[in-house]
Amino acid sequence: MRALAIPLIAWLALAAGCGDAWNDPYPAGERGTNTLYASFIERPKTLDPARSYTADEWGFTSQVYEPPLQYHYLKRPYELIPQTAAEVPRPRFFDRDGRELPADAPAERVAYSEYEIRIQPGIRYQPHPAFARGEDGAPLYLDLPESEIRRRHKLSDFEKTGTRELTADDYVYQIKRLAHPRVNSPIFGHMSEYIVGLKELGDRLKDENARLVAAHRERFGVADKGLPWIDLTRFPLDGAQAVDRYTYRVRIKGKYPQFAYWLAMPFFAPLPVEADRFYSQRGMNDGRNLTLDWYPVGTGPYMLAENNPNARMVLERNPHFRGERYPSAGEPGDAAEGLLADAGKRAPFIDRVVFTREKEGIPYWNKFLQGYYDQSGIASDNFDQAVRIDLEGEASLTPEMEAKGIRLRTSVGTSTFYLAFNFLDPVVGGLSERAKKLRQAISIAVDWEEFISIFQNGRGIPGMGPIPPGIFGYREGREGVNPVVYEWADGKPRRRSIEAARKLLAEAGFPDGRDAQTGEPLVLYLDTVQRGPGDKPRLDWYRRQFAKLGIQLEIRATDWNRFQEKIRQGNTQLFFLGWNADYPDPENFMFLLNGPQARARSGGENAANYQNPEYDRLFAQMKNMDNGPERQAIIDRMLAIAREDAPWVWGFHPKEYSLAHEWVGNVKPNQMARNGLKFYRIDTASREARRDEWNRPVLWPLLALLALVVLMAAPAVRAYRRRERAAARPAGSGA
Amino acid sequence: MTAYIVRRVLYAIPILIGVNLITFALFFVVNTPDDMARMQLGAKRVTPEAIEKWKAERGYDRPLLWNAQAAGAGKLADTIFFEKSVKLFLFDFGNADDGRNIRHEILSRMGPSLALAIPVFLIGIAANVTMAMLVAFFRATAIDLWGVVLAVSMMSVSTLFYIIGGQYLVAKSWSLVPISGYQEGLDALKFVVLPVVVGVVSGIGSGVRWYRTIFLEEMGRDYVRTARAKGLAETTVLFRHVLKNAMIPILTGAVVVIPLLFMGSLLSESFFGIPGLGSYTIDAIQAQDFAVVRSMVFLGSVLYIAGLILTDVSYTLVDPRVRLA
Repeated sequence: MRALAIPLIAWLALAAGCGDAWNDPYPAGERGTNTLYASFIERPKTLDPARSYTADEWGFTSQVYEPPLQYHYLKRPYELIPQTAAEVPRPRFFDRDGRELPADAPAERVAYSEYEIRIQPGIRYQPHPAFARGEDGAPLYLDLPESEIRRRHKLSDFEKTGTRELTADDYVYQIKRLAHPRVNSPIFGHMSEYIVGLKELGDRLKDENARLVAAHRERFGVADKGLPWIDLTRFPLDGAQAVDRYTYRVRIKGKYPQFAYWLAMPFFAPLPVEADRFYSQRGMNDGRNLTLDWYPVGTGPYMLAENNPNARMVLERNPHFRGERYPSAGEPGDAAEGLLADAGKRAPFIDRVVFTREKEGIPYWNKFLQGYYDQSGIASDNFDQAVRIDLEGEASLTPEMEAKGIRLRTSVGTSTFYLAFNFLDPVVGGLSERAKKLRQAISIAVDWEEFISIFQNGRGIPGMGPIPPGIFGYREGREGVNPVVYEWADGKPRRRSIEAARKLLAEAGFPDGRDAQTGEPLVLYLDTVQRGPGDKPRLDWYRRQFAKLGIQLEIRATDWNRFQEKIRQGNTQLFFLGWNADYPDPENFMFLLNGPQARARSGGENAANYQNPEYDRLFAQMKNMDNGPERQAIIDRMLAIAREDAPWVWGFHPKEYSLAHEWVGNVKPNQMARNGLKFYRIDTASREARRDEWNRPVLWPLLALLALVVLMAAPAVRAYRRRERAAARPAGSGA
Repeated sequence: MTAYIVRRVLYAIPILIGVNLITFALFFVVNTPDDMARMQLGAKRVTPEAIEKWKAERGYDRPLLWNAQAAGAGKLADTIFFEKSVKLFLFDFGNADDGRNIRHEILSRMGPSLALAIPVFLIGIAANVTMAMLVAFFRATAIDLWGVVLAVSMMSVSTLFYIIGGQYLVAKSWSLVPISGYQEGLDALKFVVLPVVVGVVSGIGSGVRWYRTIFLEEMGRDYVRTARAKGLAETTVLFRHVLKNAMIPILTGAVVVIPLLFMGSLLSESFFGIPGLGSYTIDAIQAQDFAVVRSMVFLGSVLYIAGLILTDVSYTLVDPRVRLA
């Protein structure tokens, strides 16, 4: 008994010393600080802005690195505004002879475009050892002997730091890094088609790298990783040049209006040459992870103070950040929601952001309810606890959430999920009337409204085409309806009847789901990676949708690798895929159906291998146009073609639901940008009060447990004593 | 004994080669180097050139097991298997596929894993042996019956249930400890209390059943009857005689897992947010990171073999009749 009581009392004493809330997962010293608490699931693979291409990683890099442009925090549709640039650059167009063309010149006349980007003077980098200089002005850590590096294991082991002003050269340097063979940037292939000379630079760097690697291996052996630095300033790039200290110019082949959106992505953030040189020193990456993948260097509002991707990542305010004014205008309704209360004030408002790794949904949700995370998404498991949907389909919080002061924000994602028909398949593919009607019939039969209601908790809107709401080209109301699948009735779209689908199926030569010529049942095959026990309801639902038409759906479950391989090889019939926008332009969705980008033929993003010459012609015309009535008309025509051909069963555009506690201010979901943390605000006093209120330790269960153990032990002790006192059995009294 | 240990260590080499070969074969049956490259490079705008470059940088551009193009020993040596395996035997794990150093990761994650695994192991053994002895002491009574019923019930419940239930009751409803997370040093204590309790409780059912069987078998032996006939108290009989003689089967089960404590717990670490080696292995499997999977399987095999050798050595300590030669 004493053995149990002692640790229990010790624990009570220890926990009592931790403060009011025993279950606080953060160090006691952090209580009351101006810190935002968030979480992450996946370890970031890289924080190098030239390589990173996932939303999770951009959640970190977007706070540190500053591309010249950004999206307006409040306005919708999404609008580009300057970040470090003085203004949004307007491209100048030139013909083949170098003569400047008017701003509305047609794309076919434009030989190249020039973006001249002027950055604001006085922007400074975060403190970093790469900038540290001695009293004589010479860099302290850019030419270190290997022994000096080997005694240091993390960035903070470098005693001195420094800073310097951001210059146009830093942007040019980063653009060159996109072609660096060791960086392996995912957008190099794409950008080399547009930025003048980038491909040639890549070739030159490849040769230089091969020469250096060969010499290095001869000296240090094949396995040695300390490859010598390639100074990119020695390699000119025609398509990216600094004009003066604060201005640089990017030259693009032809007309590519979407390039401005790329200028808002971390790929085009500045990278100081000192940082590249610093991390390229021999020994930096030898088990120490002293690399740009691990330690970013930027001018943004925050800098990465702690990088422990196994447990937590901590951003701290960059002491050299210039400050950025909170927006003074937004959408109608933003002011009423308090989103303009900080208009004109200098951001960031939060000193630290702590991201804790939380791999499982249940602990994450419970910690949010305890107030230890400031905001949260809503998993399907928790949806009913958090949200209720009224008869009109409007989402609101449950009383439990409202009592906690939690607020709900919704937004439609700039993404689409769809069921694709492989156009190379002899049954469902191709532009024949038979295949087209079969696809149209299936498009009617698969009831996405029901899917969204059952499996998405109502979080989504059925797709009428590839373009989601909020992107130019999307039309609301009657004119935006897909007439192949819907009819307009009572002021809203109504899915066509299953009889209409059966009629189309019969016209396709499959009455009641049987081949009219052979009498054989029509069997279609769905390739999917959904194969766990939890996926069975969905798979059954898919089968039921096809069964409405008498079609047998066979599920071919496979792993992700084989699934992708089948799509690459065009060996599928039906499959689900999704797409998240890179930038808010219709080109970024319409290209998913562009014939020349068919996956099986060219490895492009057209996974359905859809090909319609008219659509392709219109796409080529539309992709480089500026937004306006003419572009809208072409998009309408393209959508009409695609709807008629039905290469996808237009699935749905997911709605994002997010929750935030009452003490978190200025939260507005932004599907295109991840750099909004600088505008968040925390009421720390309110948070502390609520945390204390919600997390008072309950001690009686411990005492009850102790009592239960005593009660259970008592009979055993009594029995033991009785047995010990009992006399030996007399002989002959039995066994 | 030294000769025996040396012999066992030498026996371990072909075992490790075999384990490595099986891991290699199983991994590459499911994943190709192209799949690995795609997983690391992401889903968007990945060109065939980028994939080839990724493979070349990491040595995955060679044949898997046999290089027909190479000459002589190069047919075997200039392959992915040979190149990746030889270094393992020198404990040079290299870098993960995302470029990060595996040895650094293992060293930094070992502490959190041990902070959870050692208490679970020690407290678990103590609790299981104590309760098993209690039940054995009261054999053929109501305490024994209900003890066994309780043990069977407890071992029938999923570990996940203990974890989620423990988090809900202790951390959420009673607010006594954090639900998940981890901090270094003494602060780690409040984070490992709940996972340790859950780890011990979830293991009690099977542990008590197993040790009870061992104790009952020993208690039926002649030397126990002799001890009782001498008038020794039952506690003396149990602790001085039965426990000592039951040590060999106990050690067989216990000592072998001691080195494996370094490998961490897959489920607990994930749910309690403890950044140990268990979650590292799970992450690597999900990310198709062969370098990490191979290293962790190799390390696990080495530790398991070390555990078996330790078990044999420990027999000589508890049973003077055992001689290793």
